[in-house]
Amino acid sequence: MKYVDEYRDGELARGMARTLATIAHSDRDYRFMEFCGGHTHAISRYGLEDLLPPNVRMIHGPGCPVCVLPIGRIDAAIALARNPKVTLCTYADLMRVPASGGMSLIKAKAAGADIRMVYSTLDAIRIAEAEPAREVAFFAIGFETTTPPTALAIRLAAQKKLSNFSVFCNHVLTPAAMRAILAGEGEGVEIDGFVGPSHVSAVIGVHPYRFVAEQFGKPIVISGFEPLDVMQSIVMLVRQLNEGRCEVENQYGRAVAPDGNLKAQAEVADIFELRESFEWRGLGEVPSSALHLRDAYAAYDAERRFGVETPSAKDNPACECGAILRGAKRPHDCKLFGTVCTPETPMGSCMVSSEGACAAQWTYRRFETQRIAS
Amino acid sequence: MCLAIPVRVIELLPDQMAKVSLDGVTKTISLALVDDVSVGDYVILHVGFALSKVDAQEAERTLAMIREFAGTSP
Ligand code: SF4
Repeated sequence: MKYVDEYRDGELARGMARTLATIAHSDRDYRFMEFCGGHTHAISRYGLEDLLPPNVRMIHGPGCPVCVLPIGRIDAAIALARNPKVTLCTYADLMRVPASGGMSLIKAKAAGADIRMVYSTLDAIRIAEAEPAREVAFFAIGFETTTPPTALAIRLAAQKKLSNFSVFCNHVLTPAAMRAILAGEGEGVEIDGFVGPSHVSAVIGVHPYRFVAEQFGKPIVISGFEPLDVMQSIVMLVRQLNEGRCEVENQYGRAVAPDGNLKAQAEVADIFELRESFEWRGLGEVPSSALHLRDAYAAYDAERRFGVETPSAKDNPACECGAILRGAKRPHDCKLFGTVCTPETPMGSCMVSSEGACAAQWTYRRFETQRIAS
Repeated sequence: MCLAIPVRVIELLPDQMAKVSLDGVTKTISLALVDDVSVGDYVILHVGFALSKVDAQEAERTLAMIREFAGTSP
């Protein structure tokens, strides 16, 4: 596949690993957080950690929207789906996330709630058009990459005067979460630089990360998702640190313009505004870290339309997802990992999504983990 | 869900839609978020929408840099 295969060449990866071993100073550590679950997945899948010198370590970040969604929001979505008038449309990844009381969307569906998996927000619009007697609510989650498709669906619903479509909005913001992690540094987390999510930057550009370099003094490289992209980004971070530089660099210039996608930004800005605060699993309440619909689009806001309430709900106390999402722990630090908790019987969200740290560890590295644990 | 991948545009359709090819598999996606896409262009596809165009020159530049870092550049 063009623009994919050439960035997966094993020979080049090993060559870069040799370069990295020569440029990484042996008298210091390099601790880099890959913010995004897509990178966590790629690092595990291609065994990149095995190619890194021992003093270059990757720390998994909170960039998995399924993982960071607090249980209360899933409970709220299930309550919404139980409304007999409502058809809840959702991305498939959310179906198996554990909610309170052993519930999940998939179990609610089995018990009769009208919950449908969709690939795109446009599918939800189509359902709303085809079934005017149903109240179609779209369970919107995701970072900046996934927000513009939700914005366009709302725009389309307004244009088509669809009165039976609404959005349960849970869109969250990457820079705000990065700021929260940096502010909490020292509490078990120490980071020398970031591998930044490039598909987010395809939308928002690279400038929103300037504070990482300017206020917190950490380098950040916006990185593609193929293994050679990630390796190159790590080399770029090591070079910045060695040279005493601290900048926002863009490794993924092939799809990320410095200003991002202005059209997508304008769509999002027209329809959404900042929430004062939003709860994240692992990070707690984070100010200005999420979006909701502007008053002008209140008719399409499922929260207002159905009076959705978010109960405060606790994670399974044995599940370490919270600390893992902050970068303070690793999956094999959790007692439940690989025993009680597996992708078939997930106890926490990090085991559900393929971008979750626990799922990545289980899928690609569980035997090594068992060695470490024994 | 977070996955985004490069796909090739093979046909422009009405309503800012397009047919794309993904290793031989054909899919219909929305181009509403990007401008000036032509048949043959590669776009980054995410949940049914093109998010940005792939810049062929930049892609070559990145590969050249990767080869250089890998110590295999000519
Ligand atoms: S292994 Fe399961 S229970 Fe443990 S932290 Fe991961 S998701 Fe939570």
